This record gives sequence, C-alpha cells and structure tokens, in this order.
Amino acid sequence: MYDIASIYQARSVADAIRALQADPSALVIAGGTDVLIKVREGKLAGCSLVSIHGLGEELSGVTQASGGDIEIGPLTTFRGVAFDPVIRRCIPVLGEAVDQAGGPQLRAAGTIGGNVCNGITSADSASTLMALGAVLRVRSPRGEREVPIAQWYKGVGKVDLAHEELLVKIVIPRANCEGYTGHYIKYAMRSAMDIATLGVSCLVKLSADKRTVEEARLAFGVAGPVPMRACGAEAAVRGLPIGEAVGRIGRAALEDVHPRSSWRASKEFRLQLVEELSGRALREAARKGGAQI
Amino acid sequence: MEVGRSIQRVDAVDKVTGRAQYTDDLCPRNALVAKVLHSTIANGWVKSMDTAAAEALPGVVKVLTCFDVPEIQYPTPGHPWSVEPAHQDVADRKLLNRRVRIYGDDIAAVVAVDEITARRALERIRVEYEEYPPVLTPQAAMAPGVPPIHEEHPDNILKHTVSEIPLPPSDFRCAGDVLDCPAYHRFSGHYETQQVQHCHIENPTSYAYREGGRIVVVTSTQIPHIVRRVVGQALGIPWGRVRVVKPYIGGGFGNKQEVLYEPLNAWLCVEAGGRCVKLEASREETFRNTRSRHPISFDVRAAVDGDGYLMARSCVAVSDQGGYASHGHAIAANAVTGFRQTYLDQLAHRSEAYTVYTNRPAPGAMRGYGIPQCNFALECMMEDIAREMGLDPYEFRYQNLMPPGYVDPLNGITCHSTGARECMEKGRRFLDWDGLRARYQNQTGPVRRGVGMAVFSYKTGVHPISLETSSARIVLNQDGTVQLQLGATEIGQGGDTVFSQMCAQAIGIPTEDVHIVSTQDTDIAPFDTGAYASRQTYVTGHAIRRTGERFREKLLRYARELLPEAGELDVRGRDIVDARSGESLLSLADLALEAFYSLEHSVHITAECTSHVKDNTFSFGCCFAEIEVDIPVGKIRVLRIVNVHDSGTLINPKLAEAQVHGGMSMGLGYALSEEMKLDEKTGRLLNGNLLDYKLPTALDHPELHALFVETEDPSGPFGNKSLGEPPAIPVAPAIRNALLHATGVAVNTLPLTPQRLVDAFRKEGLL
Repeated sequence: MYDIASIYQARSVADAIRALQADPSALVIAGGTDVLIKVREGKLAGCSLVSIHGLGEELSGVTQASGGDIEIGPLTTFRGVAFDPVIRRCIPVLGEAVDQAGGPQLRAAGTIGGNVCNGITSADSASTLMALGAVLRVRSPRGEREVPIAQWYKGVGKVDLAHEELLVKIVIPRANCEGYTGHYIKYAMRSAMDIATLGVSCLVKLSADKRTVEEARLAFGVAGPVPMRACGAEAAVRGLPIGEAVGRIGRAALEDVHPRSSWRASKEFRLQLVEELSGRALREAARKGGAQI
Repeated sequence: MEVGRSIQRVDAVDKVTGRAQYTDDLCPRNALVAKVLHSTIANGWVKSMDTAAAEALPGVVKVLTCFDVPEIQYPTPGHPWSVEPAHQDVADRKLLNRRVRIYGDDIAAVVAVDEITARRALERIRVEYEEYPPVLTPQAAMAPGVPPIHEEHPDNILKHTVSEIPLPPSDFRCAGDVLDCPAYHRFSGHYETQQVQHCHIENPTSYAYREGGRIVVVTSTQIPHIVRRVVGQALGIPWGRVRVVKPYIGGGFGNKQEVLYEPLNAWLCVEAGGRCVKLEASREETFRNTRSRHPISFDVRAAVDGDGYLMARSCVAVSDQGGYASHGHAIAANAVTGFRQTYLDQLAHRSEAYTVYTNRPAPGAMRGYGIPQCNFALECMMEDIAREMGLDPYEFRYQNLMPPGYVDPLNGITCHSTGARECMEKGRRFLDWDGLRARYQNQTGPVRRGVGMAVFSYKTGVHPISLETSSARIVLNQDGTVQLQLGATEIGQGGDTVFSQMCAQAIGIPTEDVHIVSTQDTDIAPFDTGAYASRQTYVTGHAIRRTGERFREKLLRYARELLPEAGELDVRGRDIVDARSGESLLSLADLALEAFYSLEHSVHITAECTSHVKDNTFSFGCCFAEIEVDIPVGKIRVLRIVNVHDSGTLINPKLAEAQVHGGMSMGLGYALSEEMKLDEKTGRLLNGNLLDYKLPTALDHPELHALFVETEDPSGPFGNKSLGEPPAIPVAPAIRNALLHATGVAVNTLPLTPQRLVDAFRKEGLL
C-alpha cells in the first residue's frame, strides 16, 4: 500500500501545468520508478501527485528534426530510447547507456525525462546527455525556455525546473552528435539492478585517417554531486594521436573531477576509476569510430 | 528404486503456476495490520513514550509499547528445548524492549485497520531516550568500563570457551609447545569474515487469531513445533494453547530457524481482542531486525613438519553476536569445531571461542552455521602455508585430509564414510588444475588469471550437541495410495519430494502413490524440530524409513489374512506379489478397499514412529575456481567454477544439483560483494535494502557446475549425508585463493570488493 493523498491524471501538458499551478505541493509522476520508492520509504508519504503517465502522444517518442537535431520526448521509457531506430542510427551510445539502468522491468517503466529531472548524479542517462550537450526544453504557464544541460544541475537532486514547469523535450543538437562515436561505461558492483559507482561517457570525433582525436567529449556521473563534463581532459587530448590520447585522458580528468567519500565508495577509489575508465571509454569510442587500437 | 530417481519436484507445478499458497495468500483480507516502531538509537533506554496522538488517529485499534509487555524474557533460537537448564537457550529479550540494543530495536507496536493507518500512527509516537554510545565491535564491547548491553553479562561476553584435544604421549605439554617448536615450520594468520544476510524471497510474515480460547499463528517458518513452544514461553501460556500452521514458504536459509515476530504477533492478537492481526516484516526490517551470518575474526596458528604434515593448529575465534543472543555461543563453538575437523593434526589442537554482545543487528543461524566463516580462515591458512613452504596446495591438503574412521576427540563425531579425496580428484580434472596452475604462473599486465581451491567437511544434524528426534506418520488411502505426514518442513529445498521418495522406497510403492501433506499444523503434524543443520534427509529420513517399513509390515499382515494359502509376500509397485515369482496376487487398491470396508475385519492401516537419532556423520566437498582479475578497477570475474560433493547416496540427483547451484550462488555473493554496513557513529544499518546490499544478480553468475562422488554412508537411512548447507561453504576461500594465485596478493578479509582489492593492489605495488 502506498501512502498517497491524491493523484490527478493529466489529460494534456497544458492540463498538467494547470494542475501543478492549482496545487503548490503536488509532484509530477511519470514512470513512477523514483517517486513510488520515495513514497514507500516515507519521504514522500501522504503526497499529492500529478500524473503525466497518459501523455504519451505529446511527450513520448524520438524524432529527427528537419535541421538534424534529435528530439527525445521525456516520457520515452529507457526501453523506448534503447530500441528507437533514430537513437540506434544517430546516437547509439545513449541507447546503450539507458539500457544499463536497473533491470528490464524498470526500463519498461522508467522514463528518460524522469531520469533527467530527478537530478541524481548516478543517473544512467546523465553523463551521456552531458557529453552530448543536450538542451532541455521546459514549458510553463509563461511559455517555453531552453536550458543547456551544463546549466541544468543545481545541486544534489536539484535541477533548474520550477514547480509549474514541465520538461517537454530533450534536444541533442546535430553538431554535437554528427560525426561522433561514443562509449558509456557504467561501473557498478553488479551487472544489473544497480546504481553506478562511476559512470563515464566518452564521445570522440576522429580525423579522416582515423588516427587522431579531433574532438573528444568526456562526462561523468558520480564524480561529483552532479553529473559533470571534464573539459580540461577534453582539451588535453584534442589533436593527439589516439593511443596517446587514451594514455593521457585519465590523468587529465583527475583535475576536472571532485568525487567524495561515502559509505558506498571512497574518494580514492572513485579517482582510480576516473583515471582508468576514461581511457577505456575513449578507446572503445574510437574503435567504434573505426580506429585500429 | 525410488531413492536415486531424478523425479520432478512434487510441488513444481503448483509453484510455477502460482497456485501454491503462502502465508500472505492465506491471510484473511479483513485482518488488522500491525506495524512495529523501531528505535532511532542503537544503545540506551526508552525513558518515556507518548502515544496519545497515535491512539487518537481514526482506524487505530491498539498502541502498545515496551512499558506494556509481560515481564517475561524468552529465548528465540530454533533449537530443540533442552531439559537440562544449563543447556537451555539464552532468554534475553521481551516482546518489546525498553533497553535498546540495536539501532531500530522493537520498542512499540500499532495495530490498525490497514497498513497506511498503522504507519501514520507510528509517526505520531513520541519517544524519549537515554542514549549510550553505540558499541559496534567485539573489541569495543569488551573494553573495560563499557556499559553492559545485557546486565546478565557485565563484560559483554556471552560466552568464552577453550578446548584442547588430548595430546598423545610426547615431550610436549600442550598445543602451545608444539606451535612454538622451532623444529617445525611455524605459521600464523589473521582472517575476517563479514556480516551477510540470507535474502530469502519471502520476508518473515505471520498472522494470528483466536479460536476456541487458543491462539492460532500461521507463519512463514522452518520450525513450526518450536514456534509453538516459544510463543507459549513468551506469552506465559501453556504450549498446548498455541497452534502453529506453516504453509509453503519462500525460503529461510536459517533466518526462519528462529522465532522472530510470531510471539509479538500472537500477543498483539490477544491485546486486540483475539481479532486476526497480520505482522509482516518489510525487506528493510528483515535486514535490520531479523538474523544474519555472524562476522567472525580468526587468529590461527599452525606447526607443519618438513614432510608437510600438520602437527598442530590453534584457532581463536571472536564472534560478533550483535544485540541479542539468538543462537548463543553455538555458532562460534561450531566454527572452531569445524576449523578442527576437515584436516588431521598429528599432535595437538587448541580452540578458543568468544561470543560477544555488541549493538549490531543480531546475527543468528545462516546456512553453514559458523562453517562458512571458519572454512574461509582454514582454507586461506592452508593455501598460505603451502605458499610459504613451497608445497603444492592440492597435495598439501590431500595428504592432511581427515582419514576414514576419524573420531573427533572432543565430540565423538565419526567419519563413517568419505569421498573427500575422490571429490578433490574430480574437481582437479574438471578444471584442468595442473595445466592452469602452470599456465598462470608469472603473469604480468593489468588483467591476470588464476585458479584456487578449497575443501570442507560438514556434519549432518546436531547430535551430540543437541537432540535429534523426528516422527513420521503414514496413512493408507482408500485407493491404495498413502499419505505421508511429517513435522519436517519443505522450505524450498525440495524436502517434500525426497521425503516422498524415501517413503515410497521404504514401503515398496511408486513415489507417485505417496501424497505428502506439505503444510505443518502443530495440532496434526507429528513432532519434528524442523529444517536446519542439513538434518532432515538424515534424521527425518530415519523416521520415514522406520515408519515405512512398519507400514509395509502392516500391509503384508493384512494381505496374509486375505491370501492365507500364498507363499512369501512382498509389496512391489502397486501390488502384493509372490516374493519368489514376482506374480501379482492382489492390488493395493483392492487391499485398501477391503481393509477399509471389510465386514469381517475393518482396519484403517496407519503407522507412526519416532526416530531418536544418536549418530552423526561427515559430508565432504570442494570448490575449484578459475578467475580473471582486472587489477586497475579491482574486479574479479569468475570464469569457471565447480563444486564437488560427497553427500553420500543422492536421493534425487537433479534436486541435489539444484541445491548445489543455490549454495554456490550464495557463496559467490559472500565472496565478492555482500556485506551489511553500519554507520560508525550511530550504528544504523546503511544498506539494508536490495539495492545497496549487493546480492548478485543472474547476470553476475558464471555457469555453476555441480559434481558428486556418491558414497554409501552406513549411518544414513538410505546411505545419505548432509547436503543442504555445504554448497555455500567452500566458494569464498576458493576465489580468494585464485586471487592470490593470479596476483600474488593475499586478501584476508571478506568480501573481495573492488575497493578492497584496489587498496590491496596499491599496497602491494601492483597499481
């Protein structure tokens, strides 16, 4: 039994926003895989909910816009993202990343938008969306605005989303994914049903001869209180031969991150993972791009 | 032959179709719901409680606190009651306790119309505490001046025992002399194991209601007859006024060999006027408030002669008992006994065991009962000695193994049969031990491979430490089939299936004609102490065999009345046959109809016997593992793993294999990832849920291989020996030893988590 005071099933995005305006204490529920856990734990016991679960037509699905940007409806489930043909063709790394969240049941219920709005550093989509420089389109009674993901995370579990706002699109700009290949490593204690001890996502654009790193994007989950880009490491490997870049990126990334010790893992251990896994992620990303390494 | 057939489980179809009924399926939908209030300190006293706001909440039926409970301390472990007061279990808790001993201790309970109301009521209870600092290790608890966690034990030591085997005539006066003797290779080591939990699928759940002036408790337990006794003791009422019903259960692994919440449930029912009350532990409560495996630290020593023979060993085990005695000193005592057994000391052996109260969640029985802990210490030690002395670890173990006919000098348990050496040989061949040992020498690079092994022995049941008794009843049906009634319990291990096979074998009929009554109802089921200590196929098996043979005699006696002219008779298949020719003379169906409805001589053929078993025997086995270690990220991947077991004759080989798979899985989690972690400041359990407690998933498992060496044990009812617990024992040390082989790094603390490995690799200069 879940201790829920009320649930309003929104009929449209506008209706959901109206419902949120009407109840300043209401929370949005989509797939429910985060909210229901908190209700059960008692943290959200007795809460009022506005459900957007039925808004699939407006908020679900992946499309490629005419300009080439990839637009992901936030209500698309992890499974939906992982198996979507546009994702598989244009940004397979994102599908591979979300396919590592939880287990099959969770991936059939949990949504990529929920993963983003929850603001958790260990979210499996977060580091890849960070590396892809996603843009988050949110709608409020005052209209829409777009937030680059680099400015989205405001602290542990906090994102740049007001009470009356709803995430309506996750946009991957064409320039950020075209020509790149990527690799995500979820380092966790188990091969499934786990949260990341460290998430590493690396995108790379290779030179025409597949020997040099033209551009690299490196982002982490759990290397700090919020998902983060490792811009110093990216700069450090730009223009390097791939083998050298692989050897150097991990050490460079140590300057960008600031993980903390918790009972789940020590700072020293997470730093070791940052150093080791950055290189491994870059190597795999480069391989996928055709590099012989 | 019915014994030895790999028949399908008798409960398979009901379980896979969801038709099998568990406690929660049976609970009336209008039952009241009870929830327990848990303390927010780990050590101290409840000074006062304000329940007015909770009582005022609509839908709340009762709010009861630690100030309301009967002044009765009662014992909780699932041991047979001892008629000797000195051997009785420690009675150290009340239904709810003012003295807070663990973070989350049970201090009050609410009975309400539904779960949400009960939860909301708990939120409204105000508690005032007197708080002491939490004491989370045995060392801290034994320090001078620490307030006692139980006033009966001022030094927090529940028990401390020392034992030494008699020395053969020699110049040595004691084990210490041998261990100090410079003529021998002298070894010492320190090994530690962690606190882990069973993680059975079904959390402890029960409901209780009054009927006819008695209390009926339906519960998910391994030990219904013991639950009846303990509920009677805890409430201070005659045991016959309690009736316990045990339906199918979703696993136990020892956690439900303890009387957990049934007494509180029964008392809440009484206080709620006898209405049906359900009390279900959540997964978080199961982690914190039910039992687990003891963390034990071992300091061991050994003296080995130049030929590689163990001259003497010693073992000091310190077991962290947490806040309540549970099974008391039995587990630490079993751990040092198990450390002594498996191998033979030529001269001497000394054991010392401490069981110490702390403010940890209290451990209790868990698959292996101290042996997964001591076997880790023992098999790490054997590996480390072999390495130090340049001996082959396989040969070193092989030549020191317990010989057939071995009699433990302290408890008299005898090695009636052993396939230990054959198990080792089989495992060695399966893994290509010799080839891989050689191939994986002198590796370099970040990813390395290695092989490791471990050997164990395990007793069968609890004689002579405790009583072994079991009863069975067989009743003829009107169609010539039989019903088998037992107090022994099916807890997912396949007990009902092998009991049916044994019954069929003893009578001479097909297993398909045995209808087993799976539910134990203490008003109806014969007495048996229940599922634990890998005892049921052995002890209950004896009861079934004896009862089946008596039942068979009764069938033949009645058949003789109907066939006065026939020669010697026998029961075969579904018929009474001529013993010599095998010719069918009378079907059992016809015999049954005649026996029930004869106008000449009507008799309902039944048999019932008690078997009081006063023997024990050792089962054996080993684990061989090949692993790959990713050094920079501290990850171990198990490439191949095999357990080889001598559990005597297998009653059902397919089920035996499944039992081994389950145990190996448990061993893998114990080796690599599982550990209950406490907050050092507060004593709060940090990871008491299935996300943060790293039970391995299906994807984390390699293919599990199970092999057997079948001996025929003369003391077993059908040549069989223990199998339930053993598969979980040797996996962790085998993997640790493979890690040592792969990297040269000895990690002596479980579990072998990536962070621990990375720290060790860094310390040893590999990173």
